[in-house]
Amino acid sequence: MDRPLGLLAELTYRCPLHCPYCSNPVTVPDTAELALPEWLRVLEQARQLGVLQLHLSGGEPLIRPDLAVLVTRARELGFYVNLVTSGVGLDESRARELADAGIDHVQLSLQDADRAAGDNTAGARVFDRKMTAAAVITALGLPLTINVVLHRTNIGHIAAIADLAAALAADRLELAHTQYYGWALLNRSALLPTPEQVVAAEQAVARARALHGGTMEIVYVVADYYEPYPKPCMHGWGRRHIIIAPDGRALPCPAAAQIVGLGIDNVTERSLGEIWYLSPSFTRFRGDEWMSEPCRSCPRKAIDFGGCRCQAFALTGDAARADPICQLSPDHHLIDSAVSSATPRSLRFRSNPASS
Amino acid sequence: MTAALSLGDRPQLRRGVRVSTDPLSQAPILLFPEGVLFLNETAAAVIRHCDGSRTVAHMVQAIDEIYDGVAVGDVLSLVADLVAQRLMVVDRG
Repeated sequence: MDRPLGLLAELTYRCPLHCPYCSNPVTVPDTAELALPEWLRVLEQARQLGVLQLHLSGGEPLIRPDLAVLVTRARELGFYVNLVTSGVGLDESRARELADAGIDHVQLSLQDADRAAGDNTAGARVFDRKMTAAAVITALGLPLTINVVLHRTNIGHIAAIADLAAALAADRLELAHTQYYGWALLNRSALLPTPEQVVAAEQAVARARALHGGTMEIVYVVADYYEPYPKPCMHGWGRRHIIIAPDGRALPCPAAAQIVGLGIDNVTERSLGEIWYLSPSFTRFRGDEWMSEPCRSCPRKAIDFGGCRCQAFALTGDAARADPICQLSPDHHLIDSAVSSATPRSLRFRSNPASS
Repeated sequence: MTAALSLGDRPQLRRGVRVSTDPLSQAPILLFPEGVLFLNETAAAVIRHCDGSRTVAHMVQAIDEIYDGVAVGDVLSLVADLVAQRLMVVDRG
């Protein structure tokens, strides 16, 4: 069996933004966040397992005052340390503290190409603070990726978004279509772009690459709802990545907590190694023994691993079915009807957890 | 998309990309924002010589002194491959 390569540490669910496609759970359990010593122990166990990359995310990880301590220890242990942030709270002194601690790379979220549209989607006045954060990051010489989640409202603005990312001196721009879990699934009808918008977006990406590709890498993550085959979710269940939720639950995918009866373990009760190799939550969909038709006999199972277990569960109630995205899935009509019935409507903005 | 490398070019790792060591196998690895490449010793030696000041010609010579009989073509194709993957940038000579 493979060892894990990446650890996504969701340090908190608290966040100053309210994006309607947030990947955090819609209902946050009323459990305490892991304390610093527990996170430090998780990092040590992850390194012993062979994890190479650490992604510090949330919620907004900058809300944790002990973030720099974690970064320092992570670099001592040898991780590549990536900060995934909204930029809110990243002023010059905080950025310098994190740069000195050894942050390797910063992913800064951006909601849209201008202040009005961006703040509207974020549900908060944050656009100007993101501009400040980007300037501070690049001034310190840290590599910067701008992350944009694409949906019906901003998908027509790709040219302007790319111009802005280039003006901010980003090294990379990641344009990723919304993944429909949690909040995004609640808001799916309003967020799903039209098929025409998706075609236009691909052309806009090609033009942006022609214009800015010399200095800025543009990564485009396609909309699985418009693809014939599913994405190779997490590069296979329990195969490369571990996600640790703020309260210490260890998950094979950020959306896995929604799967009922998965047998999720917590790092406060079992070691990360035990969880990776033995927890039913990680072994349940590892490999291809769990597959039924049409996946079981499909040659593509080595490419896409049957797609996303969380998507199968969210849409069919059975995590062991083929991802409905697949045109060979008996449930594919669920995708077609979602696309054809999508209409502009009001969004439900992400609320914040009541407790910390 | 990328012009062929010439011997006067000065390649270096892109910002945010660094060489490290796999804690399990002790093999050299290349780490970058969204991934990792496991390297053999020769590839790691080539990458370590790509410091932005040495030309490809100098690098080939230096590598050849360490690893006898390294083909120039192999060094060039490794560097070109890393440039194509946007892990390395080249200052044209």
